Amino acid sequence: MRARSIRAAGGAAAAVALAVAASACSAPGDGGGSGGAKDSAVVGIAYEPDTLSPLLGYGKDGNSKIFDGLLTHDADMKLKPALAAELPEVTDDGKTYTYKLRQGVKFSDGKPFTAKDVVFTYETILDKKTNNASKTELDAVKSVEAKGDDTVVFRLKYPYAPFAERTVLPIAPEHVAGKQDVNNGSFTTKPIGTGPYELVKWSKGEKLSFKANPDYWGGAPKVKNFTMAIIKDDDIRATRLDAGELDGAILPPNLAKKYKNDGDKKTYTAKTFDYRVVTLPTGNKVTGDTAVRRALDVGVDREAMVDSILDGAGKEAYGPVPTDSPWFTRGTERKFDAAKAEKILDDAGWKPGKDGVREKDGVRAAFPLWYLSGDKLRQEHALAYASDAKKIGIKVEVQSGTWEVIQPRMPKDAVLAGGGSPADPDFDQYTLLKSSLAGDGFNNMAHYDNKKVDEALEDARRSGDHAERKAAYDTIQRELAKDPGYTFLTHIDHLYVVDKRFGDLTTQTEPHDHGLASGPWWNVEDWQPKK
Amino acid sequence: MARLAGRRALFAVPVLLVVTFGVFAIAAASPFDPVKAYAGTAGLTASQENLDQLRANLGVDKPLAARWWDWLTSALTGDLGDSSVLRQPVADVIGERVGWSVLLAATAFLVAILLGTTLGVLAARRPGGWLDRAVTSLAYTLEAAPPFWLGLLAVWLFALKLGVLPSGGLTDTASSTVTAGQVASHLVLPAGVLAVSQLPWFVLYVRQGVGDALGDDPVRGARARGLAERTVLLGHALRSGMLPVLTLIGSRVPELITGALLVETVFSWPGIAAATVQAATAVDFSLLAALTALATAAVLLGNLVADLLYGLADPRVGFDG
Repeated sequence: MRARSIRAAGGAAAAVALAVAASACSAPGDGGGSGGAKDSAVVGIAYEPDTLSPLLGYGKDGNSKIFDGLLTHDADMKLKPALAAELPEVTDDGKTYTYKLRQGVKFSDGKPFTAKDVVFTYETILDKKTNNASKTELDAVKSVEAKGDDTVVFRLKYPYAPFAERTVLPIAPEHVAGKQDVNNGSFTTKPIGTGPYELVKWSKGEKLSFKANPDYWGGAPKVKNFTMAIIKDDDIRATRLDAGELDGAILPPNLAKKYKNDGDKKTYTAKTFDYRVVTLPTGNKVTGDTAVRRALDVGVDREAMVDSILDGAGKEAYGPVPTDSPWFTRGTERKFDAAKAEKILDDAGWKPGKDGVREKDGVRAAFPLWYLSGDKLRQEHALAYASDAKKIGIKVEVQSGTWEVIQPRMPKDAVLAGGGSPADPDFDQYTLLKSSLAGDGFNNMAHYDNKKVDEALEDARRSGDHAERKAAYDTIQRELAKDPGYTFLTHIDHLYVVDKRFGDLTTQTEPHDHGLASGPWWNVEDWQPKK
Repeated sequence: MARLAGRRALFAVPVLLVVTFGVFAIAAASPFDPVKAYAGTAGLTASQENLDQLRANLGVDKPLAARWWDWLTSALTGDLGDSSVLRQPVADVIGERVGWSVLLAATAFLVAILLGTTLGVLAARRPGGWLDRAVTSLAYTLEAAPPFWLGLLAVWLFALKLGVLPSGGLTDTASSTVTAGQVASHLVLPAGVLAVSQLPWFVLYVRQGVGDALGDDPVRGARARGLAERTVLLGHALRSGMLPVLTLIGSRVPELITGALLVETVFSWPGIAAATVQAATAVDFSLLAALTALATAAVLLGNLVADLLYGLADPRVGFDG
């Protein structure tokens, strides 16, 4: 009996295995990759969003595919209306923003979009119980109010000129998201919006599949099926692009190079605000010294970094504002001049010691520089910085660690950091330079403290007048040249390779954090694939 | 038999308690900060007030024992809590993924057992013959090869060089629906690699067991009675030679789980491995504890099944263990 039952079990197991093997053999490579359908596009990206809920921070800088904001950015980063019918009316000395809403817009489940959804979205994000790590960006908001179905009024705590730039954040439907747990409900993985695409499936760690929203208020997209494959490894992404599995991908400069003369693929270089910077903490006797700061500022060879580390895909950086931005102050570029750097140090009393490292009043010109472990780009910047510093007699000890290790050391130790938000100069500069934000989370990591800069930062964010704002940011950039509490090194271009059958595409000016919203597919809904 | 199963189930309770508490303790002692992991890059521009609020909302500001007790009491009522890293209830995370992991592991395990037994019997038939030597040396080589290395090798050979099988994922990149054909073709490489990594143990155990049995009295008796070689080999030698293999099945379960973890990572298989890795690096207490409890239960169950099978196959062994 027992023996028979075992034999039977073995037989059953063999049958199952055979069935599995047979079905495995009978599966030909159907589907045939992406090259087939003319109206579909598959792109490879490096980062996966943590959530698809705008209430938790998804798509806060726009281009979320599934959702629309009140406003959106065009290719030149100018604001234009989306769910709003026109640009907002600003009254009350910049403290009240009134948005008229577009009529007749529907969410992809057929329910109408109204002012109540806007109020719900903003109020939920600002709610203490909502686990949204970006809610500081809406710090200025005092209240959001619906006036009828088609008008929303934002009241601010203080005049805040760049506020309209924040209202690109996507609007969630109250009738769906309002009925569930905001932090863990199904809306975070199965979103519903008004946007040009609907989510078909989010296979975590693998891909996001979208299909065109046929009733999109801006017109149905020509690219009907859009897939974003999440491929963290650069080499694997390039391999899958070669294999024809992907129509486009983001690639580092060294891998993008080989597509330069490719007949079927076009390389796009996106300008960015994505900077790499060395913080020079005020609390450190060496990096807090203005002479040391100025010497390092002219003593590092930024051009060499762009050429060797970035393969030429980038620019020298002298502040958070890139040299090709209209907000950049001409004349604040600092030429690489090692002799001048040495003279600054000599004049300030930093004399070379026995081992070549300078000293002043018994203090050695040495400090540690941390970078996030595993980040090769930051490591290379840090090593190049240390090697340039050594030549002018300053010893920089490069060390790596996780943010948990680095954060407590930030008041005294230098850090190789990165950042960049292109929408408004306030976004980077206020958090980076404002003295009252020193040591507040990761804001003002260098504990930079400069009265003139503080005042100019306030003037620039309060004034609604462009010329006044430009003058304030000019003051800040000139002060930064005199007292560089950070050594800005490079702004990094982002490179993308895309199949030519999608025609000539554009890129926006991109931020540091370039997830699925960036790249030539920022406006995939407007692509016109060749038949 | 029911008594054995019942006793084991009782024994599982303290084991699971200790294991989950250990997970909480290790996660709490890890240098990673759950709030930083949750906030991601947004955390680098968030205010301290915002981060402190997150810490309170996620409940990670409470002491370790309190957090474990909260988790345990709600888990007992069926609520496994929410995964902070995936922004989903833990039950949903596991529900979505465990099926794919089971499919992968079960396919690989079956292939390993069947192929291992076949090769083992063939090798044992003529000890020292060319087949025996080939199979044995191959088995030792594979035993030394780590599964992720085998995985990368398989991707390189079958997906890149020959281009016959997909290199990863559950379906083709451009496809948005899950069809049986697609899954089957995507299953071949990961399941094959996992099976091959488990194969040597079965080959070597079967070869040894059957080889020993071939020299035993029952086989000599059967041969003396003039039974066909086939009957002798499969009916007598294999049956007694399989006994140690049954024990092996139970003890291979932990290895199978760790092997599946590595293979899933290499092939971007949407099973629980990716969730496990994310849960660990993001110090996602609820998810980590649930996954560990699940793995522990699988190991305990594997051992129980092995013991039951052994008892069924060999009447001399009772069900007292």
